[in-house]
Amino acid sequence: MFFERLIEMKTSYLANKFIPVSTIVILIGLFWYLVAVPMNSDKVSRQFKNLTASEHILKCWSLKKPKLPTPHQIINEMVNTTFFKKISSKRSLVYHGWITLQATLAGFFLGTLLGILLALGIVHNKAMDLSVMPWVIASQTIPILAIAPMIIVVMNSVGVTGLLPKAIISMYLSFFPVVVGMVKGLRSPDQIQLDQMKTWSASSREILWYLRFPSSLPFLFASLKVGVAASLVGAIVGELPSGAIAGLGARMLAGTYYGQTIMIWSALFAAAFLAALLVFTIDFLQKITLKRMAIIR
Amino acid sequence: MISVSDVNLTFETNDGPVNALKNVSMEVNEGDFVSFIGPSGCGKTTLLRVIAALETPTEGRVTVNNMTPDEARKARQYGYVFQAAGLYPWRTVSGNIKLPLEIMGYSTSEKEDRTRKVIDLVELNGFEKKFPWQLSGGMQQRASIARALAFDANILLMDEPFGALDEIVRDRLNGELLNLWARTRKTICFVTHSIPEAVFLSTKIVVMSPRPGRITDIIESTLPKKRDLNIRDSREFIKIAQRVREGLKAGQSEDVF
Repeated sequence: MFFERLIEMKTSYLANKFIPVSTIVILIGLFWYLVAVPMNSDKVSRQFKNLTASEHILKCWSLKKPKLPTPHQIINEMVNTTFFKKISSKRSLVYHGWITLQATLAGFFLGTLLGILLALGIVHNKAMDLSVMPWVIASQTIPILAIAPMIIVVMNSVGVTGLLPKAIISMYLSFFPVVVGMVKGLRSPDQIQLDQMKTWSASSREILWYLRFPSSLPFLFASLKVGVAASLVGAIVGELPSGAIAGLGARMLAGTYYGQTIMIWSALFAAAFLAALLVFTIDFLQKITLKRMAIIR
Repeated sequence: MISVSDVNLTFETNDGPVNALKNVSMEVNEGDFVSFIGPSGCGKTTLLRVIAALETPTEGRVTVNNMTPDEARKARQYGYVFQAAGLYPWRTVSGNIKLPLEIMGYSTSEKEDRTRKVIDLVELNGFEKKFPWQLSGGMQQRASIARALAFDANILLMDEPFGALDEIVRDRLNGELLNLWARTRKTICFVTHSIPEAVFLSTKIVVMSPRPGRITDIIESTLPKKRDLNIRDSREFIKIAQRVREGLKAGQSEDVF
């Protein structure tokens, strides 16, 4: 019985997840190699003469500074700068990733806190309910690229540098989904549940603690997943204009200065990998929390 | 114990004012089992909510245990059972029952004692650690009743608590509710739209009609206090049911003219 179920689960995993996902990955990879040939062809023709067609193509896939690096070049660079450099080295991807991750997490924490506090205010205070939301929405219509340098410059001028300015930019991006989700979540209990609390003569603090907050958790987790990805974007954007020398954003910027396309792409992939890791972590926390609360089974 | 005199309640809606209750007067004595019966829109739930201070009447006077309804609510003088069990999915059966006790600040040992007692009362022994989704609809509603009984309210207000259940489960729970009433000596107000349910359970039946919501008849039941389901075949029972039906009909015909 048990083994039959295990096999069943494995086949369904294979059919539902693994095969479709890997098919897409392979298709993208093939397309990538295909496109890399015309993209890099000019440069190969300039550097090398008298190549056969197959040699020409191979060269297109292995240039030092290609217009479009191929997946194996990027993976190679990533493996190199992740595992074969000292973590403290300026060439280590782990070092740069860690710098960005710190700012991301700090900003994510601040943004979540700000988002929850604003949502509590909106739900419990009529004046805030009417006045805050338009500002929250307006804040997100300003392009972050416009506001990020100002934050960096202003904070630099008062002597605050390093992690905090980047965290503030992360916070600016990540509080928004949390406010929206939490307002919805805190208002998700239906009228019967609120009436019931009233019959017990519960205070609004008790209603918050026993009813509103637990009801809002599924909404909170959904918001956190969006928020953490936005935080990472914020941290990277925060590293671009500041002339920062460390962090994935700084790595991308350095890559564009020196035409190191492979470096840009590997920083980009590292960022994507980091984002996936963060989102999966929250997804995991969500699953165990909601399972323990018997909201999902 | 509960006194309602000349109560009017008008809701302001987008389609203009709706007269939910008009000149409603009635008394509930200690130990009574009073049913409110009528078609939807007759204001029976609204009347129960007025007693529970969940609605405020536009005119008239209501007292509950010689207090205003709102004072009675704040003094936790009644337990209220809603049509939907409204159990918290993240709390077990006993966790749900403890919830009002937690809010009311009972000590841990008292919470345990009371929870055990009401679980006995509604016969949910062995299900204390189960979550609501693991329970049938009837069991969920029993847990909800246990929750309303757990604290020291001598009035139990029930708004169609068995409305969503099938008839077989409903009959059983009705029998259990009568036992529970006899054992706890609570005063119960019970909203229903089932004639047999109202006649079987009640010592007093309040028949109501819609547009405007009003009382058309108040019937003092002549059935003995101690009864079982067989009583539904007795002549007495059928006579009372007849009178309820007539009261409902009377409300309708007035509507036509």
